[in-house]
Amino acid sequence: MSDAIATTTAARAGDPMLAISGLQAWYGESHVLHGVDVDVYPGEVVTLLGRNGAGKSTTLRSIMGIVPRRTGSIRIEGQESIGLRPHRIARCGVAFCPEDRGIYATLDVVENLELPPRVRQGGMSTEQVLQLFPNLRERLRSAGTKLSGGEQQMLAIGRILRTGAHLLLLDEPTEGLAPSIVSQIGGTIRKLKEQGYTILLVEQNVRFAMTVSDRYFILDQGQVVESHDRDSFERNFDTLMARLGV
Amino acid sequence: MDFFGIPIQAVLGQLMLGIVNGSFYAVLSLGLAIIFGVLKIVNFAHGAFFMLGAFVAFMSGRYLGIDYWAALFIAPLVVACIGIVFEYLFLRRLYGLDPIYGLLLTFSLVLVLEGGFRVAFGSSGQPYPTPELLRGVFNLGFMVLPYYRAFVIVAALSVCLATWFLIERTRLGASLRAATERPDLTQAFGINVPLLVTLTYGAGVGLAAFAGVLAAPIFHVNPSMGSNLVIIIFAVVVIGGLGSIIGAIVTGLALGIVEGFTRVFYSEFSSTIVFLVMVAVLLLRPAGLFGRTEA
Repeated sequence: MSDAIATTTAARAGDPMLAISGLQAWYGESHVLHGVDVDVYPGEVVTLLGRNGAGKSTTLRSIMGIVPRRTGSIRIEGQESIGLRPHRIARCGVAFCPEDRGIYATLDVVENLELPPRVRQGGMSTEQVLQLFPNLRERLRSAGTKLSGGEQQMLAIGRILRTGAHLLLLDEPTEGLAPSIVSQIGGTIRKLKEQGYTILLVEQNVRFAMTVSDRYFILDQGQVVESHDRDSFERNFDTLMARLGV
Repeated sequence: MDFFGIPIQAVLGQLMLGIVNGSFYAVLSLGLAIIFGVLKIVNFAHGAFFMLGAFVAFMSGRYLGIDYWAALFIAPLVVACIGIVFEYLFLRRLYGLDPIYGLLLTFSLVLVLEGGFRVAFGSSGQPYPTPELLRGVFNLGFMVLPYYRAFVIVAALSVCLATWFLIERTRLGASLRAATERPDLTQAFGINVPLLVTLTYGAGVGLAAFAGVLAAPIFHVNPSMGSNLVIIIFAVVVIGGLGSIIGAIVTGLALGIVEGFTRVFYSEFSSTIVFLVMVAVLLLRPAGLFGRTEA
């Protein structure tokens, strides 16, 4: 386990896009994260794995600042964001696609798509997003929540591509979707990686994660207990699957 | 010519009065509905801000020589600023708590404002002149319609439509709807939700103040002019569906008209009818006429 960590960190050069250390988070009285350490380098796709309740989603929500209380350090492109208010955090260049997709029922598809403000130069135009997800084009004036699950997921990913953020946090983008849609989402993630996006993914679907990820962090009870690169993950696949209860 | 044995002039007169009252209900319940939607605060002080709008117009006229037309813009701005300060200093501390705290705080503001103006100006009320341009009446043959009342209807409905357009058809409105639906997520996209909330409260009470200025020449400007209205306004918002913009506008106008008709046929009933409608609507459609049932 420790040599897995050593090899992965040694393989990376340059400054991390995202560096989390000693992250703790609470929902009211309940202490959910107990010191999470995760780093993600530019252009990587990194996946957080773990059983239900291990703290994967809470880690993403903590990065965005939308948990009631958090401490520790979260550096986004070198900038410390732990003390920032949530609407400032997005402006550090990070964008979030929540587990429930977060499509607004009171906004139509175009409004959903164009809601997040641009935080950086170089985001996609609405037209480019529609080229990436042609299914959305016919539904532009439908209420966001009238779309199918797959279309909602495309909308949820598409709208954060407009912002210009280059660090994307995707919380279970394949949950509850048909296999053909899952492979389309996988294709999109690989395409985004080719374009230089950095992605931190939370997944229950390990086989899906293996089609896109460069590295993995395993969370258990609010802490990172293991990290793996692609090779060591595949080598230890059976033990890991057993540990994750998949 | 008559209508179920009642002279048509009397019916139309009450209808007109009903539309005027309904216009006030529409503007006031619109502001209340927006505030409730975004802040989840039941703004009991809404009537007090209406009264404050009328008093700002009255005082700026008496002490600063500001005329009606200027007051129509200045008073809502002044009251919006007061509302923003109130939200910033006090109200925002109560978000996420039991709604009763917001109700108590805003009710206490009613007592302070009404008490203050009662001490300063007495409770009998001050006359506010109708602007010169709008003195006189349209003689429609079957009834007379004072210019000023016609103006009130047009001004109130224009403001309602403009507000509706702003919320339902613009990007700012989309951000506001998003902040209403999912404040956390909307912040995570980089939208300054606390600022939107503060501005919403200012705009909501500014609308109340606008209605207050419109009302000043019709009613005497007096400290309790808002309390008389606020209970009806609550009923309107409940009937229309909590937080529904179009519901507040349509219901406000419709209930004004219903009230007017009731006054013709059975006037003793006219102050009760709104609440009977409320009971009926809550029994049949608990989410209100235009309300979305929450999943």
